[in-house]
Amino acid sequence: MEYVVQQIMNAFAFGAEYALLALGLAIVFSIMGLVNFAHGEMIAVGGYTMVAAAALAVQNPLIIIGAAIAVAMVASVSLERVAFRPVRYADPTTGLLTAFGVSIILQNIFLLVVSPRPIAVTSLYFLEWSLNIGGISVSSLQLFEAITTLLVIVLLMLFLKRTLLGLAMRAASLDFEMVRLSGVRANRVFAIAFMISGLLAGIACVFIMARRGAVDPHLGFDPVLKAFVACVVGGFGSLPGAVLGGFLLGAVEVAMLVMLPQNLGGMTDAFVFGIIALLLVWRPDGILSPPTEKGDKH
Amino acid sequence: MLKVENLNVFHGLIEAVHGISLMVPVGQCVTLLGPNGAGKTSTISAITGVAKSTGLISFEDKILTGLSTEDRIKAGISLSPEGRRVFANLTVEENLVLGGGLKPVGRSERIESWYETFPILGERKNQSAGTLSGGEQQMLAIARALMNEPKILLLDEPSLGLAPKIVSQIFEIIQTLKNEKRTILLVEQNATQALRLSDYAYFLNNGHIVAEGHPNALGGREDLMAELTGIV
Repeated sequence: MEYVVQQIMNAFAFGAEYALLALGLAIVFSIMGLVNFAHGEMIAVGGYTMVAAAALAVQNPLIIIGAAIAVAMVASVSLERVAFRPVRYADPTTGLLTAFGVSIILQNIFLLVVSPRPIAVTSLYFLEWSLNIGGISVSSLQLFEAITTLLVIVLLMLFLKRTLLGLAMRAASLDFEMVRLSGVRANRVFAIAFMISGLLAGIACVFIMARRGAVDPHLGFDPVLKAFVACVVGGFGSLPGAVLGGFLLGAVEVAMLVMLPQNLGGMTDAFVFGIIALLLVWRPDGILSPPTEKGDKH
Repeated sequence: MLKVENLNVFHGLIEAVHGISLMVPVGQCVTLLGPNGAGKTSTISAITGVAKSTGLISFEDKILTGLSTEDRIKAGISLSPEGRRVFANLTVEENLVLGGGLKPVGRSERIESWYETFPILGERKNQSAGTLSGGEQQMLAIARALMNEPKILLLDEPSLGLAPKIVSQIFEIIQTLKNEKRTILLVEQNATQALRLSDYAYFLNNGHIVAEGHPNALGGREDLMAELTGIV
């Protein structure tokens, strides 16, 4: 029983991390058609912020967490201004290449300016302890991660439903020009999208750092690759799809880890992606892909 | 008053409108007629700043040339676009809220009054706009365009693709707007109905204004009307 519950918690925690990151990718993609591969570097930026905070002898872990999230948000918004605004209305391929370029530049800055080696951050260890619920011990970190993710999803939904900018962001995914024609400033919509995306990366960063305890220049690469897969599975551009894809990917991954025999342990990813491939044969546009008009487009 | 002088509109490298001038005085309804591809929507797009153009566009002595689309909307211009373009993934109410983003004061009262004007929109306020019929979407597009309380309404082909019964309903709405002394620039292919309620009309063909004047005078020109229906 305990084993089953722990594995379910594992799946949920993995899924929560992927869902957070996939949402960050999806929110930017839905309004500007950009697959922001530099999203992973926002996680690394958050990680290095923690290093800097520790170097400045900041003790309070809440301040460290807050600083990491805030810097990830600022970095994300700055990227939009500096790198993505000039290619905003360009071909999607141009945006994709820009994102790759930004990602590589940032990784190299971390390599050159900071260090190619992992740097330990110990200030988040306090988040991890063993929690006993009804005789079953679970990881507190995993519980925090699941709860935070659910909370973030609810808050994001409220923002998208109840605020003018939220409505504008949803509308912009279909017809950005018409949103501008309603008087809502495009720059504001883009800035807020990148800000939310940075916020989500910052929150994910806290949990990734708490688990790994160290930051290196490629910290965000793997998680964002997985988040990208989650987006594809769920349906690119669909926010519910990103969440579903994230949790599904987490579940499949843990299931494979648990179920595969020992001698196939190294093949987990191969099996996971094999299952994803089959899913995509069934739904080529992803499970919750937004309906697209096949006819005339404005 | 909206004033357009010597306007050229470009789509990429192609010039769609060649040096036209027109005027929409305050409180009047001016109609822009013309066959498909004459440059009517291009002219509208230039006024809203969506299409690239040269020439002078001014509104209430404010020069709009060079301003962003958002700033032009803020200056009091609003558009009910060709093809309606309601936000299909938003509810009817959300469409109206977003349409009134610049004027949050009294927004819910204005939305309620639109539900009185168009009870069907009120009944379907929580339904996504994509599920509305063409006529209902057109009503929503017009209501949305007026949510920011604009000083001039640009109405681009409001009757396009609608059943004849719905078309006369839409023209009744426009007549009401005109009776309220709103300033309207109406783009239409449906000449008879459009001319009946306008104060002045321009006829656009191949990117040039080929005729202008009192609606009755224009309506009487058989050559122009034949141009519109394609019967020569």
